[in-house]
Amino acid sequence: MFRFIVRRLLQLIPTLFGLSLLLFIWLRRLPGGPETAILGERGTPEMRAAIRRSMGLDEPILVQYGRFVRRLARLDLGTSSSTKRPVIEEFLERFPGTVELTITALVIAIGVGIPLGYLAARRRGRLLDHFSVGGSLIGICIPIFFLAYVLKAIFSENLGWFPSSGRQDPTLDATRITNFFVLDGLMTREWDAAADALWHLVLPGLALATIPLAIIVRITRASVLEVLNEDFVRTAEAKGLTERTVRGRHVLRNSLLPVVTSIGLLTGGLLSGAVLTETVFAFTGIGAFIYEAINHRDYPVLMGFIMIISVVYVLVNLLVDLSYSLIDPRVRVR
Amino acid sequence: MRASRPKVAVAAVAVAALAVSGCAESDRDDSSGDSNNDTLVFGVAGDPKVLDPSFASDGESLRVSRQIFETLVRPEEGGTKVSPGLAESWTPDAAGTTWTFKLRSGVKFHDGTDFDAEAVCVNFNRWYNATGLMQSPDVTAYWQDVMGGFAQNEDEALQESLFKSCTAKDATTVDLAFTRVSSKIPAALMLPSFSIHSPTALEEYDASNVGGTAEDVKYPEYATAHPTGTGPFKFKSWDIANKSLTIERNDDYWGDKAKLKTLIFKTISDENARKQALRSGDIQGYDLVGPADVEPLKSEGFNVLTRPAFNILYLGMNQKGNPKLADLKVRQAIAHAINRQALVDSKLPPGGKVAMNFFPDTVEGWNGDVTTYDYDVDKAKQLLAEAGAADLTLRFHYPTEVTRPYMPNPKDLFELVSADLQAAGITVEPIPLKWSPDYLNATTSGSEHDLHFLGWTGDYGDGYNFIGTFFDRQKDEWGFNNPELFAQFKDADTTADPASRVEKYKGLNKTIMDFLPGVPISHSPPAIVFGKDVTGIKASPLTDERYANAEFKS
Repeated sequence: MFRFIVRRLLQLIPTLFGLSLLLFIWLRRLPGGPETAILGERGTPEMRAAIRRSMGLDEPILVQYGRFVRRLARLDLGTSSSTKRPVIEEFLERFPGTVELTITALVIAIGVGIPLGYLAARRRGRLLDHFSVGGSLIGICIPIFFLAYVLKAIFSENLGWFPSSGRQDPTLDATRITNFFVLDGLMTREWDAAADALWHLVLPGLALATIPLAIIVRITRASVLEVLNEDFVRTAEAKGLTERTVRGRHVLRNSLLPVVTSIGLLTGGLLSGAVLTETVFAFTGIGAFIYEAINHRDYPVLMGFIMIISVVYVLVNLLVDLSYSLIDPRVRVR
Repeated sequence: MRASRPKVAVAAVAVAALAVSGCAESDRDDSSGDSNNDTLVFGVAGDPKVLDPSFASDGESLRVSRQIFETLVRPEEGGTKVSPGLAESWTPDAAGTTWTFKLRSGVKFHDGTDFDAEAVCVNFNRWYNATGLMQSPDVTAYWQDVMGGFAQNEDEALQESLFKSCTAKDATTVDLAFTRVSSKIPAALMLPSFSIHSPTALEEYDASNVGGTAEDVKYPEYATAHPTGTGPFKFKSWDIANKSLTIERNDDYWGDKAKLKTLIFKTISDENARKQALRSGDIQGYDLVGPADVEPLKSEGFNVLTRPAFNILYLGMNQKGNPKLADLKVRQAIAHAINRQALVDSKLPPGGKVAMNFFPDTVEGWNGDVTTYDYDVDKAKQLLAEAGAADLTLRFHYPTEVTRPYMPNPKDLFELVSADLQAAGITVEPIPLKWSPDYLNATTSGSEHDLHFLGWTGDYGDGYNFIGTFFDRQKDEWGFNNPELFAQFKDADTTADPASRVEKYKGLNKTIMDFLPGVPISHSPPAIVFGKDVTGIKASPLTDERYANAEFKS
């Protein structure tokens, strides 16, 4: 197991190196540069050239890349060209927001999706089954930004139950430690701040959860149906095990493998969904920031964030692989 | 047992959510805009970049600086005319190169130190003697725009500095000397970039130590956490993770104290999201209201303020891109072909105006007696025929995914104008481009475009800031070389006497409208909105709204 983990982590090095080189060249091949976003309508060719010179963008790509790698070796990701703040600081301030949002969405998607998919399979052809299959189809089709606006219009603008934007009410003046607002609130015993942060997560979490929720319902349902027809289920039933043991230990557990795989992949997808959700809810995460960075050709932010996200992505998949062995011992034998 | 776990989880989440709802809702009631209180949360479109206005050029940083800092002279409230700020009066010497400012006494910085003539000189010398990264054009953009260069220019592209020296004659008298007469003085000194900082705080937080390397500039702590000015509000905290910046009342302010105790700027980049946040009571005001939202918000009872239009939208014509456009008759034909009134009536927010000059009539030097180009399709066709350009085809660039104060909806504008041009027999080849960087690159440095939309919002109330920016020298955007026009600009800029300079601007406007490098289209009034119970704010054409005057009506 240990060697497996180490091997996977070592694989990161060539992956990141290749990714950074491709990304570096590709970004600089895009038309336009940060100087255009900085200058706006004011830009003259001389001013543009002066900014490119002062940012070192007039040097050959490989020289720039060399500098990037040297800095990366010291774990320095540079400074954002649009906000003028260190990329790592920007990341540490924004990433917790996205993580909180993603966890909320995953909790909703898994917490509702697996039981619903399981029940739909058990009651195949009945009302609940039709409801969840139809509902999940709508869930997959509905654009996130549209759903986000509808949720906001109903629950925020009209009913006033939830806040419409941001991660926390700024008038609370909460203490920041980790930038995970809920956690910070609990750590500092500022209960109202923690509750307020949690409350801000509900609507964007729901919006972001729809697609994974729908997918999880469908995969769970299909997987449970398949397992129900397996011989070992019939054997277990024939052995006279209680229905609860058959369902829990044999059916559900064996149906979860494809579901867990999909959750790993969906976590990656949540990140791209977060771009829209974060924008609509003015939620301070990395999604909306990456989108702005692309528009501003903010090379250091794009390079830094994509590198860190790749590491996170690899780690999440590693966790998924490890969880296989817990669910299905056959993986461990291999 | 196991199968029932999900049910427990769902139940737990539901219970937690319900428990939380009680406290969260009570918090929201306290801070909602409908109650009488002294904290205002204002929605802005972007985070401020830096809190030291010497290094800022973006609107959101400047909005915050304007509440914390003050300048020697400032625009009159709700207008563009130069009026007293930290200086009570100012006069130029006979040559027009040295200006004497009489300063207000009894003014204190937020750190308790005194404001005086010495402090003014410390600030000007700090900017003038900037070295290294402080000379980077994206760090000190406005200083370079106004003053040209520094005591020791490190880049040969920099010009000779307009600023020469600062002399503190006594505690309340200071002389600013310039290397030549310039139309920019004193108006440009209203820019937040010329805000006076506390010399003690500048030193304590090492404010001029702009570090890092050329490609990653690192601002000193002063610029992100300790801005210290003399304004009605003091900096309190900047919660970047929550995108909110808090300033609070300066109880030792020399003038009328702020009515609000706390003012919070909360970043909500999406315009629709700002509108929803206002309606749901999360914020009590926001800027950059979409033109289509002005009437609905008004009818819902919100306080929509319309700023006097201080911008220009024009149709640029690139004479290098298409030689036919170098023919004056063709440019005149295009001007006659466009129904600008219809465009203003149907596509601009209420209060928009058709432009006669390349700057609005609130700026001195505007000239009502220039050549006009009324909507006349037949005349346009006739002019095209005379120029031998009856089969003219033009590449028309327009931006997508952008809203500028002067151009609320580029695609609609494009459709209207291109239909007009086609009615006059001109074939239009539409070229939609993403605003940044594609469109800006193509129009400001390319030679591939024939027609394009662009515009400008003035920085301060001086004509040169508009027309000088466009036409005072050869530019790729227009692709023409007109030495006479350029000379006329230089003459106006270096005229010391304000009255005769205004006359020269009038002359320039006439020359420009005869030469017709582009067609000025319109001036649009941008809107800002406040909650139903917020009063006291006067809209400013320079976006210099004074939040210190805002209060909740009881």
